[in-house]
Amino acid sequence: MTDALAFENLGVAYRVKGQLRQVLDGVTLRIAKGEAYGLVGESGCGKSTAAFAALRYLPRNGVVNRGRILIDGQDIGQLSPPDLRKLRQFSVSMVYQDPGSALNPSLTVGRQLQEVFELAAVPRTEWQGRVEDILARVQISTPSLVMQRYPHQLSGGMQQRVAIAMAIASNPTLLVLDEPTTGLDATVEAEVLDLIRDLRRDLSTAILFISHNLAVIARMCDRVGVLYAGRLVEEARTEQIFTAPRHPYTAALLGCLPQAGRSKDQGKLATIPGFLPSPGTQITGCVFAPRCAVSDDLCRSQEPAFVHQDGRATKCHYPERVPDLQRAVEAPLSRTTAPDAKPILQIETLSKSFAIGAGRQRVLRDVSLTLGLGETLGLVGESGSGKTTLARCILGLLRPDNGSRIQFSGEALAGTTTGRTREQVKSIQIVFQNPDSALNRSHSVHRMLSRTIGLLIGLRGAAREARINSLTTAVRLTDRHLTALPRQLSGGLKQRVAIARAFASDPQVLICDEPTSALDVSVQASILNLLAELQATKQVSYILISHDLGVVRYLSDRIAVMYLGQVVEVGPAEAVFAGPHHPYTAALLSSVPTINGPAPDRTRLTGALPSTANLPGGCVFYTRCPQRVPGLCDTTAPPQVALAQDHSLACHLPLASLPRQPPQ
Amino acid sequence: MTDLPATEGAAPHVTWRDDVRRLLRSATFDVGAVIVLFWVGCALFGPSLVPYDPFADDLLNSLLPPSSQHWFGTDQLGRDVFSRVIVGARDILMIAPVATLLSTFLGTALGLTMGYFGGLVDEALSRIVDAILALPTVIVALLALTALGTSATTVLVVIAFSFAPVIARTVRAAVLTEVGCDYVAAAELRRENTLYILFVEILPNVLSPILVETTVRLGYAIFTVATLSFIGFGIQPPSPDWGLSISANYGMIGGGFWWTVLFDSMAIASLVVGINLVADGIESTLND
Repeated sequence: MTDALAFENLGVAYRVKGQLRQVLDGVTLRIAKGEAYGLVGESGCGKSTAAFAALRYLPRNGVVNRGRILIDGQDIGQLSPPDLRKLRQFSVSMVYQDPGSALNPSLTVGRQLQEVFELAAVPRTEWQGRVEDILARVQISTPSLVMQRYPHQLSGGMQQRVAIAMAIASNPTLLVLDEPTTGLDATVEAEVLDLIRDLRRDLSTAILFISHNLAVIARMCDRVGVLYAGRLVEEARTEQIFTAPRHPYTAALLGCLPQAGRSKDQGKLATIPGFLPSPGTQITGCVFAPRCAVSDDLCRSQEPAFVHQDGRATKCHYPERVPDLQRAVEAPLSRTTAPDAKPILQIETLSKSFAIGAGRQRVLRDVSLTLGLGETLGLVGESGSGKTTLARCILGLLRPDNGSRIQFSGEALAGTTTGRTREQVKSIQIVFQNPDSALNRSHSVHRMLSRTIGLLIGLRGAAREARINSLTTAVRLTDRHLTALPRQLSGGLKQRVAIARAFASDPQVLICDEPTSALDVSVQASILNLLAELQATKQVSYILISHDLGVVRYLSDRIAVMYLGQVVEVGPAEAVFAGPHHPYTAALLSSVPTINGPAPDRTRLTGALPSTANLPGGCVFYTRCPQRVPGLCDTTAPPQVALAQDHSLACHLPLASLPRQPPQ
Repeated sequence: MTDLPATEGAAPHVTWRDDVRRLLRSATFDVGAVIVLFWVGCALFGPSLVPYDPFADDLLNSLLPPSSQHWFGTDQLGRDVFSRVIVGARDILMIAPVATLLSTFLGTALGLTMGYFGGLVDEALSRIVDAILALPTVIVALLALTALGTSATTVLVVIAFSFAPVIARTVRAAVLTEVGCDYVAAAELRRENTLYILFVEILPNVLSPILVETTVRLGYAIFTVATLSFIGFGIQPPSPDWGLSISANYGMIGGGFWWTVLFDSMAIASLVVGINLVADGIESTLND
């Protein structure tokens, strides 16, 4: 049987300023009909280039300069334009990362889907029915309604369903999914992944699934290929890759993940030293050798072959050394003191609403939380749950509604930074999500740090320089970085600068708003280690906002779960993860894919997040709760139930019915 | 964790020098710059280079057509048109750039204020800006010049004030995207004063659109100065200013004395075109 897709020694290069830069080099892989093949790797490894090459849809400066691409046994490099069109019409289709920009905003969903059938020469009379069928197939319950909508009227998850519907409408041989869930919330991601799995059962389509997220790949694919610097370094069946990797890069990537149950008290995360070689650099020997812990002279001088053995393949001289790598776990961090019970920050009945037209949108409703000295409080919830608004209110960047109270070390805090004392402002700082936005692109690192120190601590001259030096050392930057502008730094270095700036004023409360979501896993690991280490030495309290539950679990002592502007559960990290917990917490937890495979019975959420402008009466989670009690939950606000001294949640369900995490 | 090299894994460093180098490689910019520099040279050194005194009457040789002695012919009073066109660049190249710079300063300050403060401040200032934009520049200029008297300073101030709102709008739009950036919040979180946030944090990041808008406005300013001179409200005789010369001589085109008008008109046109080419060059370089 011919393969759905085959790369034969594929090389792709981009022409930049007259020079060819090789981005894929000697990639050979086959995807059988009906198989799901995952391609993983960090950004810049050539994943998307591989996807576009498979459709022969490279950017204008991209060329296939080596090897062949076969779809269904057909060399697509040889196809004439009409044949290529036919190929894209019937045999391959692609789902992109951002459905919002992949769908045409000026055409209704129905009209866009219809085009697929129009092109496939389906008789006009059948269009309507076929469109409804295909929408029903991607589990859209009201196809005829959705057809009349424009893309912007649909949620992100719905948009991606429509994009998938469009891609499978022609029943292609090969479906390329390029980071299809990366922009989506965990609960929505889980739905979309479920959908793709269900579709695979009915369709004979082969899937090329591209993602930087190892857990998503683990959940979706039969076989996995690991790309590093444009080379396929390992290929194996999914469970083999994740349980017994044979390439040091794969092992290192897995080591970087804050896996289920890992916490900062159990030790540091592994990191990968060094950087990806930039495209086009001449490499002798193994591409990964400079960053590899088990490399030797042979690795640096001779490129290893892609050796096939027992149905798997690896491009390493010493695959037998890899298992030793994983066991090298560093000693746990020694904390100077255990988290103190004395609260440093107390938030009471904090509300924030925005005027939207005639109505008001209540983004935060009566949030009450406390943060202990030296403690990390994790804030989790879907986007739109009010996490970032809460952070901005605590910082004084947004003025909370009347009646809200925030106390810092026992003193009431004013609503805005201008009303607070210098002492208060310098004590509560933030590491923003996106360093590109948080660092002024026309200011040097030195200027950002010295300005902050000068204004908030009041140091001048030599004392200020000394402090700048100790800060840069603490976040492992060097003097050379001080004169740099942000655009001269990589993503990880930029986030270090942002962390250094946040620590410049010696804060006592540091809010970390998705501090690693813009970073690759290996960089994420070093940033998380850094945060844990700084906390251990400086006794800072963190409020950690993240959608990545692995990250939250790793750093947090306590966790607060937010839904629609309310805290539905708060408690010690382990208790919140293990349960009994709020049905929403259960849904969040079970929607996160792990590299150990999916949880057996996922708690599914139905429907989208309601708008905060017309909140449901009673329990806010009523509309989506799988365990709702009609007549009670929709009318009466749930009571605060204390499960333990420090663990409480808002739910009507009796303790025995509350969900728990199944034992692993 | 190991020491991390400074520039690996990041975009190559682009300095303003690289920008200038790319700008100089743009043909559009080069052609425009040559034209503009030619006229600037004329304005600076013209008086000492021209073959005749541009102000000297020679009534015996009036209205001579172009010849080897008088390349562009002579006007009604027998003055050499070539010399007058060259020296005529002076006044307009004094007033228009200064007026444009002034309007840039005003407009930038206004735009930064509107964009950063937003809300009511923005609403109120925006309405004023709209009101000024609704009035044709020449009408405003005529009013002001009639009320204040005709002088180079008045022309300058009028142009500065009527162009500032356009620049303010451009700056405001650019500032709005910057205000959403977290570095502004970070500055507020270290109790930075407002002026610092406006001029040191935000301004450097909106310089590109300001530069483009200023160059485009300069072209318009040249045109406006020439127009005002033509209708007698701008530069005053006996200056050899182009607009003024056209105004003095256009009545005679019917008599076949085209050379007294054509060369001045071409001078204005070439300068405006030159400036616009420069603006296009800058814009496409910055937007790359």
